[in-house]
Amino acid sequence: MPISTASFLGAYNAVLPEAILIIGTMFLLMAGAFLKGKNILLITLAAFVLLVLAAVFLYMQGDGSNRLFSGSYILDPFARLMKIVTLIAAALAVIMSYDFMSKANLWKYEFLVLILLATAGMMVMISANDLMALYLGIELQSLALYVIAAFNVNSERSSEAGLKYFVLGALSSGMLLYGASLIYGFTGATGFTEIASSIKTSGPSLGVVFGLSFLLVGLVFKISAVPFHMWTPDVYEGSPTPVTTFFSAAPKIAAMAMIVRVLYGAFPSITPQWQQIIVFVSIASMVLGAFAAIGQTNIKRLMAYSSIGHMGFALVGLAAGTQIGVQSVVIYMIIYAIMTLGTFACILAMRRDEGPVENINDLAGLAKNDLTMAFLLAMLMFSLAGIPPLAGFFGKYYVLLAAIEADLVPLAIIGVLASVIGTYYYLRIIKIMFFDEAAEAFVPMHATLRTVLLASGLLVIGFLAYIGPLEAIAGAAAKSLFN
Amino acid sequence: MNNWSILSVVTFLPLLGALIIFVIPGNDQIAKNNARMAALFTTIFTFFVSLLIWFYFDNANAGFQFVEKYEWLGKNFSYHMGVDGISMLFVILTTFVMPLSILASWDSIQDRVKEYMIAFLVLESLMIGVFCSLDLLLFYVFFEAGLIPMFLIIGVWGGKRRVYASFKFFLYTLLGSVLMLLAIMAMYGLAGTTDITKLLAYDASTTPFTTTTIEFWGMTIKGGLQTVLWWAFFASFAVKMPMWPVHTWLPDAHVEAPTAGSVILAAILLKMGGYGFLRFSIPMFPVASDTFAIVVFVLSCIAIVYTSLVALVQEDIKKLIAYSSVAHMGFVTMGIFTASVQGIQGGIFQMLSHGIVSAALFLCIGVVYDRMHTREIAAYGGLVNRMPLYAVFFMIFTMANVGLPGTSGFVGEFLSLVGAYKANSWVAFVATFGVILSAAYALWLYRRVIFGKLEKASLKNIMDLNTREIAILAPLVVLTILMGVWPAPIIDVTAASVDQLLNNYKDAIKAAHDAAQLASN
Repeated sequence: MPISTASFLGAYNAVLPEAILIIGTMFLLMAGAFLKGKNILLITLAAFVLLVLAAVFLYMQGDGSNRLFSGSYILDPFARLMKIVTLIAAALAVIMSYDFMSKANLWKYEFLVLILLATAGMMVMISANDLMALYLGIELQSLALYVIAAFNVNSERSSEAGLKYFVLGALSSGMLLYGASLIYGFTGATGFTEIASSIKTSGPSLGVVFGLSFLLVGLVFKISAVPFHMWTPDVYEGSPTPVTTFFSAAPKIAAMAMIVRVLYGAFPSITPQWQQIIVFVSIASMVLGAFAAIGQTNIKRLMAYSSIGHMGFALVGLAAGTQIGVQSVVIYMIIYAIMTLGTFACILAMRRDEGPVENINDLAGLAKNDLTMAFLLAMLMFSLAGIPPLAGFFGKYYVLLAAIEADLVPLAIIGVLASVIGTYYYLRIIKIMFFDEAAEAFVPMHATLRTVLLASGLLVIGFLAYIGPLEAIAGAAAKSLFN
Repeated sequence: MNNWSILSVVTFLPLLGALIIFVIPGNDQIAKNNARMAALFTTIFTFFVSLLIWFYFDNANAGFQFVEKYEWLGKNFSYHMGVDGISMLFVILTTFVMPLSILASWDSIQDRVKEYMIAFLVLESLMIGVFCSLDLLLFYVFFEAGLIPMFLIIGVWGGKRRVYASFKFFLYTLLGSVLMLLAIMAMYGLAGTTDITKLLAYDASTTPFTTTTIEFWGMTIKGGLQTVLWWAFFASFAVKMPMWPVHTWLPDAHVEAPTAGSVILAAILLKMGGYGFLRFSIPMFPVASDTFAIVVFVLSCIAIVYTSLVALVQEDIKKLIAYSSVAHMGFVTMGIFTASVQGIQGGIFQMLSHGIVSAALFLCIGVVYDRMHTREIAAYGGLVNRMPLYAVFFMIFTMANVGLPGTSGFVGEFLSLVGAYKANSWVAFVATFGVILSAAYALWLYRRVIFGKLEKASLKNIMDLNTREIAILAPLVVLTILMGVWPAPIIDVTAASVDQLLNNYKDAIKAAHDAAQLASN
């Protein structure tokens, strides 16, 4: 009998990627300490390779479902897909940070170690099938994120961002724990499967609904949806841009996957109860995202509001409460990650000789100075606005379709109207780049950023070429939640 | 003919040309000229290929021809192309106008020539795609994607208030279209498909777009789902058309766009609205179309009379023509919703004719604008003395705009008025005022610009048309007169499809009336 990886590692095969990531991070920590902050490129590459390696191992695990640690940890096609996307988003954020951090003299190896730990936390969040595992994952991720938000210790804004994120994050963790304790108290279980069967037999008691609401507060905070979004603009603006880049993609995907898992894993039988909460949060996020971004002058702050709006859109698919709805959320998050990473590649490249700039007006006349960058950024903006045939349109199409099929027509109508209003500020960026007089040129874009921008631009423009396979993968992932 | 994908070839040839221009290196005068030549060659080649469609088109066949279908776009929709008598001529119109607008930009665009040509070629691909697609979502993708190049064309190469105009154009059209998107999704939910051929195949008894009264948010909607869907589509096409009172983006967009942009806008983009009514509103929602025809009539009459009056007082030549476009589109919507053979034939003919005449008028304005850099009517006068050839061309197009018999403008207006008279004589009565008013503003414009003494010092050295400009305008003159005296080839192409459309429509209306009778007994 040939010895395969599976039989060799036995049941723990499913956590192999996490193990690789965490053990590798420990090595990186030691390597960083011994190298005394030299060999920046080497350590960055090592972190990148670790993340990619974890993704490759996940990919190699096949299609099955696997439960571990008495069912508190699950690896199914849904978790696998979301983890791979999260890992790729984190890997790209790592590679994109290199240029900025080294130029800004901010580079410390701890930064990468913290990013890797946060990513490991996200993987636990995605796979958690138990309230305890869920909380473990959230805290591992959050504690690392609080620190990197305040990573620029010389900047008051960065420190403020870190502190704000920490205080509000701690509050939301508290609410989440309170909710979890209520749910445990009324169902007698912490495992999602057990909670689900308990609710199914005894019906939704007030305590469970109460607990679920508190739980949702904590979860919604993590995806920065209204009304728990207040930290987002400040953290996005205050953190060093590579940190914002990381914040904008990977944690959002993981948190969204976590919400999907909690709601469909533990509370499928009380869909109407949580549906109304999600509908409200979704509408509030879309509307606030559309209106509040109009007056912004700082591009990072603008992207913060844009991300709030997009999370609102993703929640539209979740609110549908159907398998197609989950599929649409998965597709939306993948598209969102592609678009947002490309956009941040441009924001990271906004740099003149005297240092990085963040004002939208600094993009003036970019089309004259660097047409490729301007064109790709314009396509990303059109895509974020949801104009066909770009990827962002189809993301919105799938979630709205799910909403309409679930008879949530008013939600869909508010969604499209918010997207039209939101189009205004995306168009404003294009206007500044293409119609305005040229400002001073940026320093040439670093090769890593250019590669990421090009890749994301091509994926956004050529979306129709891979829409079929993507739909199939997302469909398989969604299906695994409904067995 | 079905074994090679002629529609895909025609649709994506311009895109190929755009890619070729994209890889032209350098930014000097040679590169600019290469970009112009490549664009011109691509558009002319596309035009000739598209003529093959007409050549092989079977006039007797009312269904879709040259059909292509590939299912690689996921479960929700497929790549499905085809043309029938209603859409085929719009494809030809698009490919025909395109080389002319490239030629019209030859000298007037000196800045970012490559990007300009790419934008136009991409736009051409998308516009052809709109008329060829046989899948609702594919249609929507082409329909909306056209906003991107047009937004950039107005915004980058436009006039002084280009930012305002481009934003207004984009947001107005988008707002109309998203409602249609929701309707498309609802239709997918109801019928389980976005395939236009399948959606058209429903008759009154099988249609999933029922007229049973529904309750929605406490409102009682009498015409049921069909009414809701009809209004959602109407919102999109009325903005695109544009109909009064959502026409205000058009004058702004026209005035600020470069000449070729105005040409495309007037000649083709506006036609998408009328095409949409014919392809979706009338056949898919017949009962709602019948019920709300009167609304369309009233809006069309207001458009015809009111915008003609507004055109009278304009001081900017382009704005005047833009308002006259709105008035002419009023005839189209009026004709289409009469749901008679003459009305619909007239509407289609009027769209094709307007596509040629308005394109020609904007090109004429471009000619003097390139020389004088102003569009103020007051800045001109007595041009006939220095530009006799120009005066002749402009005269012919003005007459066609007025609808003089013997020009293409007459046929369309006459047919739609005949249709309107049969449907509702009051509508025809009011609309006829539009014909008189159009004579007033067009002829008055002509007198102020062309006739009189050449007094303004700035005009003393103005030159007559050069060879390039004659080459642009001559084919348009030929077509204007040819379509006016011999409209048969065009009517023949559309006849079979229009007849089928009307038969299905009448059956559906009859079935609805019978059902209503039965219910009241």
